[in-house]
Amino acid sequence: MSEQTAVINKINQSIINRFPDWVREDEREGYEGLLVEAAHLIPFMEVLRDEFGYDSLTSVTGVDYLPEEKMEVVYHLYKSTGGSILVVKVQVPRSSPVIPSLVGLYPGAAFQEREAWDLLGIRFEGHPNLKRILMWEGFEGHPLRKDWVEAFFEGEFKPYEDRWPEGKVSKIETDKPLGKNINYPEGFNPETWIPDAKELLFQGTVSLKTEDDDPGLETEHLVVNLGPQHPSTHGVFRMVAKLEGETVVDLEPVMGYLHRNHEKIGERNTFSMNMPYTDRLDYFCSMSNNFGYALSVEKLLGEKYQPPERAQYIRVIMAELTRILNHFMAIGFFLNDLGAYFTPALYAIKERELILDIFEAVSGSRMMCNYFRFGGVVRDLPEGIEEHIRKMVYERLPRQIDEMDRYLVDNEIVVSRCQGVGVLTPEQAIAYSAAGPVLRASGVPYDIRRADPYGIYDRFDFDVAVRYHGDVYDRFLIKYDEVRQSIRILQQAIDGLPGGEILANKPAYKFRMPKGESYGRVEGPKGELGFYIVSDGTNNPWRYHVRAPSFINLTGLREMSLGEKIADLVAILGSIDIVLGEVDR
Amino acid sequence: MTEGLNLPEYYIPPEIEGTVAITTLDRIYNWGRRYSVWPMFFGLACCAIEMIATAGARFDMARFGMEIMRPSPRQCDLMIISGTVTKKLVPQIVRLYNQMPEPKYVLSMGACASGGGPFKRGYNVVAGIDKFLPVDVYVPGCPPTPQALLFGLMKIQEKIDQESISKVRWYSDEPDEGIPVPILGPDLIDPRDFPALLKKEQEKEKQA
Ligand code: SF4
Repeated sequence: MSEQTAVINKINQSIINRFPDWVREDEREGYEGLLVEAAHLIPFMEVLRDEFGYDSLTSVTGVDYLPEEKMEVVYHLYKSTGGSILVVKVQVPRSSPVIPSLVGLYPGAAFQEREAWDLLGIRFEGHPNLKRILMWEGFEGHPLRKDWVEAFFEGEFKPYEDRWPEGKVSKIETDKPLGKNINYPEGFNPETWIPDAKELLFQGTVSLKTEDDDPGLETEHLVVNLGPQHPSTHGVFRMVAKLEGETVVDLEPVMGYLHRNHEKIGERNTFSMNMPYTDRLDYFCSMSNNFGYALSVEKLLGEKYQPPERAQYIRVIMAELTRILNHFMAIGFFLNDLGAYFTPALYAIKERELILDIFEAVSGSRMMCNYFRFGGVVRDLPEGIEEHIRKMVYERLPRQIDEMDRYLVDNEIVVSRCQGVGVLTPEQAIAYSAAGPVLRASGVPYDIRRADPYGIYDRFDFDVAVRYHGDVYDRFLIKYDEVRQSIRILQQAIDGLPGGEILANKPAYKFRMPKGESYGRVEGPKGELGFYIVSDGTNNPWRYHVRAPSFINLTGLREMSLGEKIADLVAILGSIDIVLGEVDR
Repeated sequence: MTEGLNLPEYYIPPEIEGTVAITTLDRIYNWGRRYSVWPMFFGLACCAIEMIATAGARFDMARFGMEIMRPSPRQCDLMIISGTVTKKLVPQIVRLYNQMPEPKYVLSMGACASGGGPFKRGYNVVAGIDKFLPVDVYVPGCPPTPQALLFGLMKIQEKIDQESISKVRWYSDEPDEGIPVPILGPDLIDPRDFPALLKKEQEKEKQA
């Protein structure tokens, strides 16, 4: 650990030496990284990208430091050739939070900057399309600001006051107008309030409204709206496509239909209360979500919360089983999108059920496992489950993935619909901050398990799956490769599973959180899942941000779809493998 | 095949059992409907995954004649609200409900759809779809297991059994107005709340 810190310090120092005037080390207790002045951000980032090789901007988020009257934007960057994260921060006064936009340098920042604008009210100067992304245009206020309160507000921090004062039940609904979860601004009158109907129709899609780009030709563009209720959007996602004939000439994803305020709720919760909420992010992969969150809190808690050996192995087993489950389902649903309605999905669901049996046995719940704790896992493996897992990973799963392979991979229709469609080049993939299978299918062999190992992944022998065409077909095939690699890891993990403790400390609800920040990331089935946490030393996180891979992978969707046929949109979206719980959070 | 169709008080000779049934109009009407409830193919959140699992081979919704999930509301009888209802989405849900032809049923699946669940306090969350739609069956759980969902579906069937063709609302003379679609303003606005909101404004003015 300290070795790593030394390396990071050396890098930081060399960057500071380059710009001694307006870059300095972040010296607050428990913080890391570099502080840059807002005015110099763009030239600074350009040098970071071109000279120091930090070519991928993985996460952008804001923090509202209300007591200090400051807004901070935090950037996490890494090199696509491997190594640890570099943290860069910019501070601006809270009264006028304006920061130059990085979209020109790192197009992958586009959605994340919009999110920071939407939820925190930080304006990014020069952003081509700065409007709300998760809430709707016209919504009142910026919800993640610390002085913004929601309608059902009961207190700053959980646990709340007694709900049964003097034996009487009090519910938050009863003293709200109409008993509903709504808040209108002062003086709001529904009679005189006039919505702009046309605006409403194109809400979030204003850029598509322009009709004719080429004044010489009499063509008309057609705007097609897919979703939010559409069988191919894997939930409630919406795409607005501008077509010329059948060809997509512009596309805008619209999201937020499942925005469940994960971060606001998370900041009211205590640290341990957030664990079950992470289950509901990417609801296929609750185990790996738990892993990411546990990792970042453990980073904050320090050495003595390092999980014991047995827990480390159990964690890896669960995370890899999750990956297999996710990829099986992704393959099944992808075939749904291609038109092979439900039969391949049924095969996938069959395997999912068997893996869920394991999860249910260890955690008590099929989907929402809530199994990890800071410093280990909550329960030991029940009797007999080890044998079951062994049978799965040695016999059943290898056979089943081969079966899926045999049925689908060489299928003529699959091949002709997928090959060469929706191409994302390696340069684009990095620029758009793509992660996980999407990045690796574009020929960039970046896998956090190998590039910046966490847990005990450095002990296992596996190959980083990579494919080189960046098309839909490769994004489909890479799921097979990854399942096979996961099976390899699982075989080693189940054979090496030691005995002993499963929790580093006594089970507890409260922890002594040191002040500071931490960013923990895991290679989730869909890509880099990161949790950025700021602690002010209390029981509740001051800032809790999720770097959601599905959300950020969507940034490249427009690029992949331009020039393709409208019918292929569905295949392209399916190949990215999104889950709306994570996209919208 | 005629299970549940025959009236018990009539004797049917064994040799024509299975080809002849003596029953009432209500009974055959409901018998036909209860085995062909088509749900809408419409997943909202985590609960939708368990809904799909219910359609899978292990739990097999097809046993109830319900495996035909239709993406178009025009062909559906049952709307399964499978997940968190957000303010941004609720106008669409209400619109879809209005587009469904009668007879139609609503099943609220999971804690979120029934009352907001773990996300109840969220600023973008509607604390229960029953604030907008008439719900027929609530299934508790987060997520409900597939078994629980199956039980909920059986409850829908039981509800269908009890209906009478002479009384059902879709054959009555009163026109069906549909449910007014909520509006996205500074916060979610339910048009049905207008009178109440206005009254509050007026009271405020009076006080001032
Ligand atoms: S009830 Fe639970 S599982 Fe269902 S949508 Fe809500 S959070 Fe997800």
